[in-house]
Amino acid sequence: MRPGLVIGIALAGLALAAALLSLVWTPYDVTALAISQKLQAPSAAHWLGTDHFGRDIAAMLMVGARTSLAVALVAVGIGMGLGVPLGLLAAAKPGWADELTMRGNDLVFAFPSLVIAILITAVFGPSAINAIIAIGIFNIPVFARVTRGGALSLWTLDYIRAAQVAGKGRARISLEHILPNIANLLIVQGTIQFSLGILAEAGLSYVGLGAQPPLPSWGRMLAEAQTMVTLAPHVAIFPGLAIVATVLGLNLLGDGLRDALDPRLRRAR
Amino acid sequence: MLRYLLKRLLSLVASLLAASLVIFAVIEVIPGDPAAYMLGMNAAPDTVAALRESLGLNGALPVRYLRWISGMITGDFGISYTYKVPVADLVAARLLISLPLTVLALVLSTAIALPIGLLAAARRGRAADYAVMGGTQLGIAVPNFWFAMLLVLAFALNWRIFPAGGFPGWADPLAGLRALTLPAVALALPQAAILARVLRSALIETLGQDYIRTARAKGLSGAQALTRHALRNALIPVLTILGMQFSFLLAGAIIIENVFYIPGLGRLIFQAITQRDLIVVESVVMILVFAVILVTFLTDLAYAAVDPRLRARA
Amino acid sequence: MSLLRVTDLAVSIHGAPLLERVAFTLDPGEIFGLVGESGSGKSLTALALMGLLPQGAATTGHAELQGVDLLNQTEAAMCRLRGNRIGMIFQEPMTALNPLMTIGDQVAETLMVHRNMPRREALAIARAKLDRVGLPEPRFALSLYPHELSGGQRQRVAIALAIALQPALLIADEPTTALDVTTQAQILDLLRDLVADVGMGLMLITHDLAVVAGLANNTAVMQTGRIVEQGNTEALFRARTHPYTAALFAASAHQPARVDIGTPEPLLTVENATRAYTLARPRPFAKHPVLHAVDDVSFTLHEGESLGLVGSSGCGKSTLTRAILGLDALQGGEIRLFGKRVGPGMSNRLRAGVQVVFQDPYGSFNPRWRVDRLVAEPFHLMPQPPADWRERVAEALIEVGLRADDRGKYIHEFSGGQRQRIAIARALITRPELIVLDEAVSALDVRIRAQVLDLLASLRKSHGLAYLFISHDLSVVRAITDRVLVMEAGRIVEQGPTEALFNAPAHPVTRRLVAATPQIPPEWMEKRA
Repeated sequence: MRPGLVIGIALAGLALAAALLSLVWTPYDVTALAISQKLQAPSAAHWLGTDHFGRDIAAMLMVGARTSLAVALVAVGIGMGLGVPLGLLAAAKPGWADELTMRGNDLVFAFPSLVIAILITAVFGPSAINAIIAIGIFNIPVFARVTRGGALSLWTLDYIRAAQVAGKGRARISLEHILPNIANLLIVQGTIQFSLGILAEAGLSYVGLGAQPPLPSWGRMLAEAQTMVTLAPHVAIFPGLAIVATVLGLNLLGDGLRDALDPRLRRAR
Repeated sequence: MLRYLLKRLLSLVASLLAASLVIFAVIEVIPGDPAAYMLGMNAAPDTVAALRESLGLNGALPVRYLRWISGMITGDFGISYTYKVPVADLVAARLLISLPLTVLALVLSTAIALPIGLLAAARRGRAADYAVMGGTQLGIAVPNFWFAMLLVLAFALNWRIFPAGGFPGWADPLAGLRALTLPAVALALPQAAILARVLRSALIETLGQDYIRTARAKGLSGAQALTRHALRNALIPVLTILGMQFSFLLAGAIIIENVFYIPGLGRLIFQAITQRDLIVVESVVMILVFAVILVTFLTDLAYAAVDPRLRARA
Repeated sequence: MSLLRVTDLAVSIHGAPLLERVAFTLDPGEIFGLVGESGSGKSLTALALMGLLPQGAATTGHAELQGVDLLNQTEAAMCRLRGNRIGMIFQEPMTALNPLMTIGDQVAETLMVHRNMPRREALAIARAKLDRVGLPEPRFALSLYPHELSGGQRQRVAIALAIALQPALLIADEPTTALDVTTQAQILDLLRDLVADVGMGLMLITHDLAVVAGLANNTAVMQTGRIVEQGNTEALFRARTHPYTAALFAASAHQPARVDIGTPEPLLTVENATRAYTLARPRPFAKHPVLHAVDDVSFTLHEGESLGLVGSSGCGKSTLTRAILGLDALQGGEIRLFGKRVGPGMSNRLRAGVQVVFQDPYGSFNPRWRVDRLVAEPFHLMPQPPADWRERVAEALIEVGLRADDRGKYIHEFSGGQRQRIAIARALITRPELIVLDEAVSALDVRIRAQVLDLLASLRKSHGLAYLFISHDLSVVRAITDRVLVMEAGRIVEQGPTEALFNAPAHPVTRRLVAATPQIPPEWMEKRA
C-alpha cells in the first residue's frame, strides 16, 4: 500500500479511536473544573497540559473528536442521502427534473455554509444540530452535482442502451448500472466532504454557532484559548494540531482511495 | 455572446429573487412572530405590539416582502433594532473592511497558487512536484483562523512587524493595508493550497489531450505547449474554483475577524445573532448572498471570455 | 539520395521491447505505406522518428533525414526539426486542435515558432495554406474556431499546420480512420496532391490495405514490432510471400458463406418514418431550424434476410436505428415487427424479438458485472427469467466460439474480438428473429473481423436470423448482406440487391460512395499459381 494511504488511515483512525474511546474512558473527567490546576504546561501528569479551567487538554481533545466526527459524518450523510438521488434523477430525466436540480443547486451554492448557519441560528439558536443541518444542506448540491456529472457521462455509453433494449427503465438502470459505476467517485467525494465538514464545524464552533457548552468542541477550545495565547500557547496549539491531523488524515485517505480504486490511474503509475 | 450575457443576467436576477424569498421565509415567517422573538419571552404584549407596528410586521406577507425588496433596491435596509440606526450605514462601514480583506486574500491566494501549480504540473513526478503536493496537502488541512492565531503569535508578538489586531481605519491607506495583511495571509494560504492543487490537476489533464501532441509535433517545446495551449484550457476548471473561493473567503474573512479584533461584518452579525436583531441579520445575509451571486455571474462571464464554444452555444 | 533512411530501429518501453530491427528507406516524392493491425508498432515507429515517445522509452538505431540522425538529437534540436523539416498528422481530428484557439492562429503558430515573423505575416501565409488544403474564404475565415468545423475540415486544418513550412517529410498516422468514406477519399486525394506538388515524402500509416493499394509506391507490412515484408506495393500485394501478408489479404477479401433464404415473409416494416429535431436558434427571434434526421423512410426487412444500411455520417442511420430498437419515438409513420407497433412503449415480448450488437466493444458492457449477468440481461424481457438461465448463458457462449466457464469472468479479461462475440451471445439469448448490428465489426482488426463475420453468417444459417447491418464500410456490407439501403440526409435514396447495386450504382450518392471506397485492384488479388 502506498505511504500516503497508510498515513491517512493511521491519522484518521487515531481520531476515530480517540472519539470512540472517550465514550468509555478519558484520562481525566472533562466536566470537573480544577481551577488550581489551570494553564499547566505539558507534563507527565497531563500529557498535553491543562486549560484555563484546569481541564486536561488531552481528555478534552478526545471528547471534542466525538463532536467533530459526528457532526461531519451526519452532514455527509445528509448530503449523500439527498444529493445522490437528486443527481441520479437529474441525469436520468433531462428536462424539468434536471433544470430544477441545477437551479436548486445554484441557489444553495449562493449560501456558504456559514451563512446558512447564521440564518438557522438567528432563528433557532446555536447548537450542534444546527451546525449539522447547515453543513449538511451545503453538502447536498455538492453531491448532486458530482453524481449528475458522473451519471451523465455514463448515460451515453452503449451498455446503457443495451439495458434499455433489454427492457429496463430509467430508475432500474440508475440503480443497477449507473450507481455502482459512480460509487468510486462518491466515496472519494465523501471523504473530501467529511474533511471539509470537520473544518466547517471547527469554524462554526469557534464563532459560537456550533456545539454549545458543556459539549466540548475543538473550535470552541480555540476560541477560549485565544485570550491566553501569549500566556499559554499550548492551549491554542494542540486543538489546532488535532484538527490538522484529522483533516490531513482524511484527505490522504481520500486520495489513496481514489488512486486505489481508479483502474486508469493504477496503470499510469 | 449577447444572448449568453442576457441569459446569465436573467439567471442572476432569478437567483437573487429566489435567495431573497428563502431569507425572508426563514427570518420573518419561521419564527412566527419576529417581534415577539426579538423581545424575548418576558416582554409585555403591548411592547410586542408596538414593535410589530414600528417594524411594519402587521401587513400581509407578500406586501411585507415587496416592501423589503423595494426598500433594498433604494438602499433602505431598515433600522437596526439594537443600535437604532439605519442598517445600511452599519453595513457600509463594515463592508469597507470585509470586502477589501476578501479581495486581498483572493488576489494573494491566486498569486501564490498560479506559479506553484504550474511548477508542479511542469515537473510532474519529480522532486518539485512532490514538494508542492506535500506542502499543499498540509495547507488544505489547516483551519485558517488557527493559522491566524499562530501568525499573531509569531509576527505581532515576537517579531512585531504587523499589528496584532484592530483596524485603524482607511484614513491612512498604508496603515489600513498593514492591519489587513496578516488576516489576508491567514486566509490566503489554505485557499492557495486548494487552488494550486486544482490548477495542477487541470494542467495534467489538459497535457494529456491530443492537441498538445499536435503542438509538440509542430515544434513547440514542452514548456511552450504548457504555457500556450495547456494553461488556457486548464483555466476553465480553475475559474470554477476561483468563483467558489470568493464565497469561502468571504465566510472565512467573517470568521477570522474574530482573531484580529477587526470591526468587520463578522462582529456585526454575530452580535446581532446574540441580540436577536433579526433586521440586521436579514440584511447582512442578503448582502452576503448578493456578493456571492454577483461573483458567480462574473465567473460565468469570464468562462465565455475564455471559451468560444460557450459563446456560440449560449 | 533517399530522404529518410531508417536502419535497425528498436524501441523498448520500461524494458519491454516493442519495436525491433525496423529498417526502410523513403525517397523524396515517394508515398510509403506502413500497414499492420493494432499493436503492430506502426504508430510507435512514427513517434520514434518524431522523438515523441512516452516517458521511459529507450530507442536505438539510426534514422537519417537529409543527413540528420533523428534518433540522436537533443530535445531542443528536435523541436527545431518538428513542424519544420518533418511534420505529422494524427488519427483523431476532432481532438487534434486546441478548442480555444482560432484555426488561423494555430496554423500561424507553426510559422511563428520556427521563423521570427510578425503575426500579420504569419496569418497571411496561414491563409494561403488553408486555401491550399481546400478551406477557402469566406466560409473558412482565419477567425473560425475548431468546434465550428466538421471532422474532415479539422483534419484539413491539421494538415495545413503540419505542412505550413513545407517539411521534407510528412507522417500521417491513420489520418482517415475516424472519417467517413467520402471524406476519406477527399483527404487522401489532398495528400496525394501535396506530395506531387512539392516532392514531399509521405509516410502513410494505416490498417486498411485498400487505402495503401491506391496510394503508396512502396509498402511495408508490420507484425508485433517487426517489418515482415516490404517492397513495391503492387509487387508486394501480388506476390504476398510472407504468410502474415497472405493472411491479412485473405481476411481483407474474405467473404463469409452465403445463406440462401428463398422467398421470405416480411418481418419488419418501416412506413413513412419521420423524426425531426428542432435546433437552437442561430439568432434571437430567428426561426428554429429543423433537422429532418429521418425523413419519410420506408422499407421492408424479410425473415432470415440480411439487410445493409449505409450512408455517410449525419445521414440519419443512428436515429433510424434507435427508432427500430424502440428507444426513440417517431413523429410520423410507423415501424412494425410481426405486424405489431415498435416504439418506446412496446411490450417486452416484442422487444425480445429484436436485439442489438453495438460498435464499441469497450463501452458495451458494465465493467462491474460478470459475463453471465451481462449475457443474461435480456432475460429481463421475459415475465419470468428461465430457471436454467446459467445453462442458457453457457450454451450461448459456446455457440459464439467461447468457453462455458468464461461466464464467471469479468469483461476486462477479454479482447475486443472476444467482447464482440459476447455481445453477439447477449443478442442471441432471447432467441430474437432480428438482430441489429450497429457498426458491429468496425472497431475490429481485419483478421478478427473476418472471423466474426463468419460467426455471424453461420449463426444466421443455424438460427434463421435476420440482420439489419449498419456500416459505413462498403466492403463489409458487400460481404455479408443480401440487400442494401443507401441513406442520405434522412432519406433512402436507393435500395436493391447488394452486389447489383454496388456494381452499377444508379443514384449519385451511391455512385459517390462506391467511387470513394478504396479497393485493392482485383488483378492483384488473383490467386497465385
